[in-house]
Amino acid sequence: MIKNRSLGGKKIRVVIAKPGLDGHDVGAKVVALALKDAGMEVIYTGLHRTIEEIVKTALEEDVDVIGISIYSGAHLALSKKLMDRLKNMGLADKMVLIGGNIPQKDVEKLEEYGVNGIFPVGSKLDNIIDFIRKRIDVRDEKK
Amino acid sequence: MKKNNAEEQKTVVLESGIEVKPVYGPEDTKGLNFDEKIGHPGEYPFTRGIHPRMYRKRPWTMRQYSGFGTPKETNERFLWLLEQGQTALNVAFDLPTQLGLDSDDPFAEEEVGRVGMAIDMLEDLEEAFVDIPIDKISTALTINPVASVLLAMYLVVAEKQGIPWDQIRGTTQNDILKEYIGRGTWIFPVEPSIRMIGDMVEFCSQNVPKFNPFSVCGYHIRESGATPIQEMAYAFEIAITYIQEVLGRGLKIDDFAGRIAFNFDIHGNIWEQVAKFRAGRRLWAKIVKERFGAQNPRSMTLRMIAGGGGGGLTVQQPENNIVRGAYYALISALSGTQTMALCSYDEAYTIPSKKAALISLRTMQILADEMGLKDTVDPLGGSYYIEWLTEKMEKKIVECMQKVEDMGGMVKAVQEGHIQREVSHQAYLREKKIQSGEIPKIGVNKYVMAEEQTEIELHPFNTKVAEEQKKKLGRIKARRDYAGVKEALIGLKKAAQTEENVMPHMLKAVKSYATLGEITKVLKEVFGEFKEPVGL
Repeated sequence: MIKNRSLGGKKIRVVIAKPGLDGHDVGAKVVALALKDAGMEVIYTGLHRTIEEIVKTALEEDVDVIGISIYSGAHLALSKKLMDRLKNMGLADKMVLIGGNIPQKDVEKLEEYGVNGIFPVGSKLDNIIDFIRKRIDVRDEKK
Repeated sequence: MKKNNAEEQKTVVLESGIEVKPVYGPEDTKGLNFDEKIGHPGEYPFTRGIHPRMYRKRPWTMRQYSGFGTPKETNERFLWLLEQGQTALNVAFDLPTQLGLDSDDPFAEEEVGRVGMAIDMLEDLEEAFVDIPIDKISTALTINPVASVLLAMYLVVAEKQGIPWDQIRGTTQNDILKEYIGRGTWIFPVEPSIRMIGDMVEFCSQNVPKFNPFSVCGYHIRESGATPIQEMAYAFEIAITYIQEVLGRGLKIDDFAGRIAFNFDIHGNIWEQVAKFRAGRRLWAKIVKERFGAQNPRSMTLRMIAGGGGGGLTVQQPENNIVRGAYYALISALSGTQTMALCSYDEAYTIPSKKAALISLRTMQILADEMGLKDTVDPLGGSYYIEWLTEKMEKKIVECMQKVEDMGGMVKAVQEGHIQREVSHQAYLREKKIQSGEIPKIGVNKYVMAEEQTEIELHPFNTKVAEEQKKKLGRIKARRDYAGVKEALIGLKKAAQTEENVMPHMLKAVKSYATLGEITKVLKEVFGEFKEPVGL
C-alpha cells in the first residue's frame, strides 16, 4: 500500500523523460529541478529514449508520475504509444503528464488517450507541483 | 512619489552579475588605453569590428534558417528566399537526418521532414540544390554529429554541378561539444566526435579552403540557460578544444584559425549584448595571438553569425516577437556581426512560416537600408558605459573560462556533466525569476491579456513526406551497385578504426549512394555511442 506520500510518508517519485529524437531538454530539466525542490524524488532519463525504455524505468523505479516533454511536434503519436504501453504493462494507474510545445487543439486528443495533465510551454511550475500533490494525495487516500 | 523613489533606489544587475550605475562618465574609462583596448576596426584587438569599414563595404549576410519536408519542397523555399533578396542559405534538417537515421528507420517514425528536410542519400541533397548557384552563395548546413557525411554530399553535389571545391563557401555547424550541453543531437562519444571534426578541418584546409568546417555555438548554450558570460566562455573553451585537436595533427594555427566561425545568441539586455561581442572579439584575438601564437591577423578575428534568440520570444502575444526580432537585428548590427539569421516571430513554437521568414528578412533589409546602420563602424564605441561594460565583461569571461580549465577542460567537464548541470540550474533560476515577475517578460508576467487566444499554428506536418522518402530510398537502394557501397563502407570503417582521415572515404561512400543511416551505423560500430550524464 502506498502511503500518503506528500504528507510525511514516502516521497512522491517522478520520472521525467525525453522520448524520441527531440533534443530540447531545458523544459524537462527545469521541471525536474522544480519537482526536486518541492521535495519529490526525480529521475531524469536523458535524451532519445524509446517509449519502452521509459516505461521500463517507470516500473523499475516504482514511480508515481511519468512526465514526458516533447517540442518537435510528435507529441500525439508518442503519447498514444506511451499510454498503450502502460495499459499493456498493467501500469495504467501511473499519473502521466506532458509538457512542451503542445497546441491547444491537441489537448482534447491527449486527454482522450488518458494523459492526466497537459502543461504547454509557459505553464507555471507551481501549478505542476500542485497538480501532482493533489492527485497523488487523493489517490493514495482512496487506496 | 514614494514608488518613484523606490524605482530609483533599486539596483540594476545584469544577467552577467554586473551592477549598472545610473550614470557613466570619463572616470569610468580613464584606465583604458585606446590602442591596447579599443583600437581601430579591422586591427588587433578588433574590439570595434573585424573589418576596417564593416557594413560600409558590405552589409551583413542575410541567412534565414529554412528547410522542411522533402528536398524538393525545401528547394522551392530556397529559391523563393533567394528571389526575395536573401544572400545565403541556412539549411534545416529533420531530426532523423541530424541523428544519422534513414527515413525508414523505426525510430525516425513521425519525425521525417518535420523540423527540417529529410536527407537519406546523395540524390536528396542534389534535389535540394537544383538551380541554386552554389558557387555564388554560401551555405550553412545545420548539422553536427554527421556533419562529415553532409559535407561529403555537398562537395559531390558541387562536383556534379561542375564547381571546383576551392570556390565553395559555407559552413557546417559541426560543433559537437555544444550538442552535449544543449540542442541534443549527439550520437558518438566525445573523443571520436572531436577527432571527426579534426578530420574535417584538416581535409578542408587542404581541399576546400573557403569553407568553415565548424561554427562554435555559444547560441544553444545560452538558449539552454547559460548567462551571456557563460555563453562566451564556454564557446571559447570549446573552440580551444578543437584548435588543440587540429594542432595535434601538425597543422599550424594560421592554416585554419581564419576559418573558425562562431554562432552567438542575442536576446537579453541590449547594452550587455553589444558589450559581450566587443569583449568577445578582443579576448578571442588575444587568445589566438598570445596563447596559440598566430601571426596572421585574420586568424585572430571573431567571425560570427548572430540575430537568433528564440529563448527571448514568447508564445503569448506572438506578434510582439516581430518587435523583439527587430531589436535583435538592431543589437546584431550594433555588435558588428558578419551574418544575421533572425528568429522569426513564430519561432517560439514552430519552424518559420513563409510569412514569418519574409518579415524577418524585411526587418534586416529595413535596418540596413533605411536606418543608417551601415553608415559607420561600431557607433557605440567610445561610449563611457559601453567601454566600461566591455572591460567588465571581458574580465568575467576570463574568470569563467578559468573555471572550466580548473575542471580539467571542456571535454572532461562535458563528459562528467558539469557544464550541463551548471546550465540547467541557470535555466531553472531564470525560469523561477520569470515566474515570480523578477525578470519582466511582456505578455507573460506583465501586461498579460487574460482574454488572449494563444492558439498557435504549427508548421503543417505532412505524413506523406515519410512515405515519399521511403519509396525513393527503396528505389535508389534497388538501383545502386551494392558491391560498391559495401566496399566504400569497409574502407570507411578501416579509416575510422585507425588514424586515417575519414573524409576521402566518406566521399567514396556518399558517391556510391550509401545512405546516411548505413554510414552512421558503421561509425557507431567503431566509436560506440555517447552515454549522457543524467544527474540533475
